[in-house]
Amino acid sequence: MTALQTQHLAKRYGRRPALSDCTLDIPAGHIVGLVGPNGAGKTTLLNLAAGQLTPTAGEITVLGEEPGSKSALAKVGFVAQGTPTYGTLGVADHLRLGARMNPRWDADMAHDRIRRLGLDPAMQARQLSAGQRAQLALTLGIAKRPELLLLDEPVAALDPLARREFLQTLMEAAVESELSVVLSSHLVSDVERVCDYLIVLVDSRVRLAGPLDELLESHRLLTGSRRDPAELPAEQRLVTASHTDRQSSLVVRTDAPVHDPSWTVNRLSLEDLVIAYMRDGAVHDHAAPATGPNLKVLR
Amino acid sequence: MIEFHLDPQTGLSPYRQLVRQVRQALRLGLLREGEQLPTVKEVVAQLAINPNTVLKAYRELEHEGLVAARAGVGTFVTASLAVASPEATERLRGQLRRWLAEAHREGLDDEGIEALFATTLRDDTHEDIA
Repeated sequence: MTALQTQHLAKRYGRRPALSDCTLDIPAGHIVGLVGPNGAGKTTLLNLAAGQLTPTAGEITVLGEEPGSKSALAKVGFVAQGTPTYGTLGVADHLRLGARMNPRWDADMAHDRIRRLGLDPAMQARQLSAGQRAQLALTLGIAKRPELLLLDEPVAALDPLARREFLQTLMEAAVESELSVVLSSHLVSDVERVCDYLIVLVDSRVRLAGPLDELLESHRLLTGSRRDPAELPAEQRLVTASHTDRQSSLVVRTDAPVHDPSWTVNRLSLEDLVIAYMRDGAVHDHAAPATGPNLKVLR
Repeated sequence: MIEFHLDPQTGLSPYRQLVRQVRQALRLGLLREGEQLPTVKEVVAQLAINPNTVLKAYRELEHEGLVAARAGVGTFVTASLAVASPEATERLRGQLRRWLAEAHREGLDDEGIEALFATTLRDDTHEDIA
């Protein structure tokens, strides 16, 4: 069973590509982290999966269904960016609305969560804190009993405590109801904690996708005296290269151990891995240029 | 029962941190044979962490023979980790003191000693794996 499958999926706004040639096959049961710079296409991909947008080209299915179809809507939950709620409606009104709109609505679970969160059912959504509003939106998303929950930057506006509480609620729900989750985030530390599958989107394209552990296992940072990355053995695929006048630092993808003794071989943190792919293809030369000082800092 | 914590400074993935914390608790006697590890749901709720990460850590500990899962009940400690005897600990400490004195005579400061120890330990561990 796949949670999300796309084939050469593309979305353009006029001539501007928001998502290009996106091919993904994500098995159900994962908690997927979608990362990348602003404008990379994260929101577009989530909106396509939620059925809020139609593709310009290519194909997309969620849980084997067409996004936005009646059967998909019943199984897919979507919490849009900014965890929207209805400002003038009360907390209890939100739950009533959820019950009316969702055939599989779990009223007991919704009320139980609201009680555990300490939210006053009579309070209007606009009177809640950002963290409480996010928790209310998440409660609506979970009580719908979806098989796939899509979350667009759910924790971006939250303080560290509210963020942690939000992710705790989400992870508990994942254990209880065997949810698949796709969430976008700028916070790699959160992604490392809660996700087991990673998608890096840059410039409307998927740069990297796969189970997080496998990705971390198959990448190495090589540092040593300066040399040409073209000399790398065939099984080591260069991701980025960065040079000073004496030293080379290469990020390579390889399934075999690196035996060349002239390299110092290190694992990459998830953050360094993500950054390496954000500058994929670029070779950064920090050797002092002939004119003027070079102020670029090698990360 | 032990309580897990995650430290982003270690550079270790969350799953490796969980495995290491159980081993450390066994070494320090904080966990004993027959005692129960927190359930997956408890760890997930406490740390806001991916459930598969906890399962993977517990499976690795199981594979090492340190814990065993009992269906529907939880995961229990089934072994203790070897701790050096008091005599061996004292002997090793003495050797280390003599080594430290020599390092100081050679002009290494504390930071230099820590760096040398850390890199040597890491190289040694890598060789074990390779």
